[in-house]
Amino acid sequence: MSKIQVTTSVNGEEVEFLCEAQQTLLDVLRETLGRTGTKEGCATGDCGACSVLVDDRLICACLMLAVEAGGHEITTIEGIATDEGLHPIQQKFLEHAALQCGICTPGLIVATKSLLDRHPNPDETTIRYWLAGNLCRCTGYDKIVRAVQDVARDLAHPA
Amino acid sequence: MAEAVDFKVIGTSPVRPDGVDKVTGRAQYGADLNLPNMIYGRVLRSPHAHARIKRVDTSKARAIPGVYAVVSGADFPQAQHGEIGGEGGGDISDLAKNIMARDKVLYHGHAVAAVAARSQQVAEQALAAIEVEYEVLKPVLDVLEAMQPEAPLLDDKLFTKNLPEKPEKPSNIAAVMQLARGNVDQGFEQADVIVEGEYRIPMAHQGYIEPHACIANTNEAGQSTVWCCTQGHFEFRAMTAKVLNMNVADLKFIASEIGGGFGGKTVVYLEPVAVLLSRKARRPVKMMMSREEVFRATGPTSGTVCRVKVGAKKDGTLTAAKAWLAYEAGAYAGAPMGPGAMSIFAPYALENFKVEAFDVLVNKPKVAAYRAPGAPQSMHAMECALDELARKLNMDPLDLRMKNAADEGTQAPYGPKFPVIGLKACLNAAKAHPNYTKALPEGAGRGVAVGFWFNVGMQSSAEVHINENGTVTVVEGNPDIGGSRASMCLMAAETLGVPYEQVRALIGDTESTGFSNVTGGSRTTFATGMAVVRACEDIIAQCRARAAATWGVDDDQVLWEDGQAIPAPGVNADVKPLTLADIAANAAKTGGPLLGRASLNAQGAGASFSVNIADVQVDRDTGKVDVLSFTAIQDAGRAIHKAYVEGQMQGGAAQGIGWALNEEYIFNADGVMENAGFLDYRMPVASDLPMIDTHIVEVPNPSHPYGVRGVGETPIVAPLAAMANAVRDAIGIRINDLPLSPPRVLAVLDA
Amino acid sequence: MGAFGYVAPTSVDDVVSVLGQFAARGERAQVLAGGTDLLVQLRGLDRAARTIVDIKKVAETSRLAIGANEVFIGAAIPSAALNEHDELVALLPGLLEAADLIGSTQIQGRATLGGNLCNASPAGDTIPAMIATGAVCVIAGAKGQRELPVEQFVVGVGKNALQPGEFLVGLKIPRPAGRTADAYLRFIPRTEMDIAVAGCGVSVSLDKSGRCTAARVAIGAVAPTALLVPAAAEALVGSTLDDDALAAAGAACSAAASPITDKRGTVEYRRKVVGVLCRRAAAIARDRALARQA
Repeated sequence: MSKIQVTTSVNGEEVEFLCEAQQTLLDVLRETLGRTGTKEGCATGDCGACSVLVDDRLICACLMLAVEAGGHEITTIEGIATDEGLHPIQQKFLEHAALQCGICTPGLIVATKSLLDRHPNPDETTIRYWLAGNLCRCTGYDKIVRAVQDVARDLAHPA
Repeated sequence: MAEAVDFKVIGTSPVRPDGVDKVTGRAQYGADLNLPNMIYGRVLRSPHAHARIKRVDTSKARAIPGVYAVVSGADFPQAQHGEIGGEGGGDISDLAKNIMARDKVLYHGHAVAAVAARSQQVAEQALAAIEVEYEVLKPVLDVLEAMQPEAPLLDDKLFTKNLPEKPEKPSNIAAVMQLARGNVDQGFEQADVIVEGEYRIPMAHQGYIEPHACIANTNEAGQSTVWCCTQGHFEFRAMTAKVLNMNVADLKFIASEIGGGFGGKTVVYLEPVAVLLSRKARRPVKMMMSREEVFRATGPTSGTVCRVKVGAKKDGTLTAAKAWLAYEAGAYAGAPMGPGAMSIFAPYALENFKVEAFDVLVNKPKVAAYRAPGAPQSMHAMECALDELARKLNMDPLDLRMKNAADEGTQAPYGPKFPVIGLKACLNAAKAHPNYTKALPEGAGRGVAVGFWFNVGMQSSAEVHINENGTVTVVEGNPDIGGSRASMCLMAAETLGVPYEQVRALIGDTESTGFSNVTGGSRTTFATGMAVVRACEDIIAQCRARAAATWGVDDDQVLWEDGQAIPAPGVNADVKPLTLADIAANAAKTGGPLLGRASLNAQGAGASFSVNIADVQVDRDTGKVDVLSFTAIQDAGRAIHKAYVEGQMQGGAAQGIGWALNEEYIFNADGVMENAGFLDYRMPVASDLPMIDTHIVEVPNPSHPYGVRGVGETPIVAPLAAMANAVRDAIGIRINDLPLSPPRVLAVLDA
Repeated sequence: MGAFGYVAPTSVDDVVSVLGQFAARGERAQVLAGGTDLLVQLRGLDRAARTIVDIKKVAETSRLAIGANEVFIGAAIPSAALNEHDELVALLPGLLEAADLIGSTQIQGRATLGGNLCNASPAGDTIPAMIATGAVCVIAGAKGQRELPVEQFVVGVGKNALQPGEFLVGLKIPRPAGRTADAYLRFIPRTEMDIAVAGCGVSVSLDKSGRCTAARVAIGAVAPTALLVPAAAEALVGSTLDDDALAAAGAACSAAASPITDKRGTVEYRRKVVGVLCRRAAAIARDRALARQA
């Protein structure tokens, strides 16, 4: 099978890879590029564990072909923290014990970033509906929602 | 109640030691490892729910370039009979057949062959090239139907166990069980009020987000290293050894981070297959299940039919209770009927009761443990019946339960007398909780229910290493699913008297730490925690000895306080206290590195009780149930890490609410699961739930150094009946069966 | 097993030409917009090789234009982008609600109206909503462009009216004038992440007095295709959209439904609930229309 060459950007770095037409962005991120922070929970867009940003839009990496990534900017969980340290969302997830097994956590953090980029001051309903595509089976969502509320408060009123 | 204790770190909620890796994507889960020269394994699964395998021809698959190994049932050794052990229950030879069918397939999705190939695509091609000839048989899918004498048999050599006389004919009923005390008939005669009902609870899945995954790497000497997501790598090693007839010493199991289990990752599915493929291919073989495979071919929990009858006097005193419980085992024996039967009446002091339970084979996947296995089903029936009883008696449902609540000294239905337990404390906390008395919106309903789980102890090992600067490394053998490393660090820090930040915990592989049973049965913080505390006490004893030697006094003249050795009062020694860091720095001169260890078979796991309060609103036009408020009250014994105890309560509540409202396996007449994905197996999403209020009750368990009871499983028990009772309150009609899905609720409303 | 291919033409003509070439050779080509249905199908039942023709690089499929009389929505605009367009949301709130109901935030980041329509699922949320607004499909093919009302586009479960070599470029929707407004409701067992058990889109036009002068009602997930229900519209027209009129429209929807029992709902359930949704959606559309200037 002939492979397709794709040039894209992952977490601000230019990346080139070869893929087959039917491979998903998730397959390539995990298997070809070694970015295993993006998780596969269902591969059908129903769990959100593979949430990434493409040009700042939240999507499931399992529902995008890798070849479509050409020329776009991909942000994965590995790109959320900065040289200064953890992103405030990551910090609040830790402080609020908003993770138990942690498999859904990368997707939830990416989804939360996208939420707060668009809605800096979301109410509980907005948070819950925005994150409805990210299944978590451990926490019952309570501490996740509280962590997000806390980040939003901090962003609105920086210390 | 134990005296108030002033702890330094226990009961706080610090950041977990493995946290940063989990919020940055660094943590490696089952599917995240890749090895050089690795190939991919895939499983061919049965398209029939019940069939005889006439022929398996793998020759065309073997001929495909890039295919390195193909195996089917014939490649596996004949497995010996024997108990699996752990939380799962069942027989090793059944486990072996469940992993790879031999002469029969017993459910849709049952493994019949497997391949290893250079890529997933080639593996898929190879699966398509395997020819299997089946003689399709009629499946039996309903538990009551399967119990009939004329039902199609899954196993014609299966004779019901525990009958008074050995049966003459084989049956799908693998075993029966009875528990009884007193005289039930007399008890019902004394009753002023009797309620009776049949309740059906559907088959449900644990729904962990991480599909099963592993890599097996076998060398030419037949030794294999397996990396996998598991709730217990020691038990996975044991099961794999038994299924493949291997020496345990030739298998090394490394537990990856685990993306949820809830009991579902206590038995092997892929691992022995991967080892065998890797042995044949002489390469590392990675296997990952798809979500569909997880639903179709791992172990959900039993669909169950529960009949219950309860009698009470006018004042609410229970006079008798009777239950008949039929649990679906799936394809092989081993439904959780035992714990179901033992838990149903456990919260109540009962003179007269009788429970009959049945372990029944049906053509569905073999069930596995799911959080308090068996209890949510049977206790749903009892707690709904008590709700009806309270209505008939015009009594507050919490008062009815309090009137009959088991307490210290009450003989549990399953035998022993309860030591100190927290049921009454939970009931009191519920009664006093503002959520129990707050006004309900128009048309809404409120329900309560009690939950219970035994909790277990079992075997655990731990080592504690003191590093040269006095920091502490705890090594233990229980995969951390919900933050247990943080709890271990807290208990170690408390015992040693050092700050939490100085302690790190890790989970050793099967060659680098001592045996530990699975992370299951709510045992890890209790039993492994106890081992960690004992290992720290070992360190303290050594530190006292080293200080004594340094100071030239006897060991018993040295005390350990606040993380340092000090002379005992009255000891005539003008010395400066020695901290852990001081002693560690000087260890080379006092006997070498400090290593503490403990191994134990923990006894005295304390039963944990809970009370849940649910408020719901029902849309009368569509039958949709909305959860307005949910309150979980539970006795934790002692909450080591408060936030993770709350997290267990909230997560269990969410799973129970999901099971009550929408989750169920839906099979067609051919036994094919129709909703094998997260789209139609409807677990709660964030917008389905309110905040889940928690109230931790602490009635310390006298058998644990810090009073720990397990907390992981009890939380899923009460929500089913709490939700059903709330819906009953809202609509004025009792719906016995779950889930309370909109079509079911609307049909009742419109009837 | 054959090989998959991927092409991303940059003009309508190029798409038509590529599709035509594959059709002429008898080879399989499949149009990709958001891909949220297509990629799931690739992983599941339909794994056969084909060439994927990505239409997102065609400017016309991403064009959004709100004209004096007509709104044009390109077939490949993700639902999330549509919902960030305040003027569009204000103009066609019902259609945009439907677009906002497709899956999760993540799905909405990719899923398109065009894809939802071409996928031709009986339960596609935007289809009844589009029908209610009077949307018309703009279809490109070798012979140029043709137009087809949405209610005629879906011809069966998973089947649409596109001929070999054709593709859907976008949708033309009459711009709601005066007191015209739409609404869409669906029923799912959860609050999000489900396929509609039943759905209903309603558009109503009111005169100054609040009397209904025109209406379109469409139902989804209760028949092999989404259906326009003229009887429901007739029940609304001439009324003030009072409870009796809404009930009559709901009853007309229930009567028009020919649902099946499956894992998502029963015949009885769907038949009843589609009527409930019609009543509720019509009330929302009415209130929206009343809030608009006559």
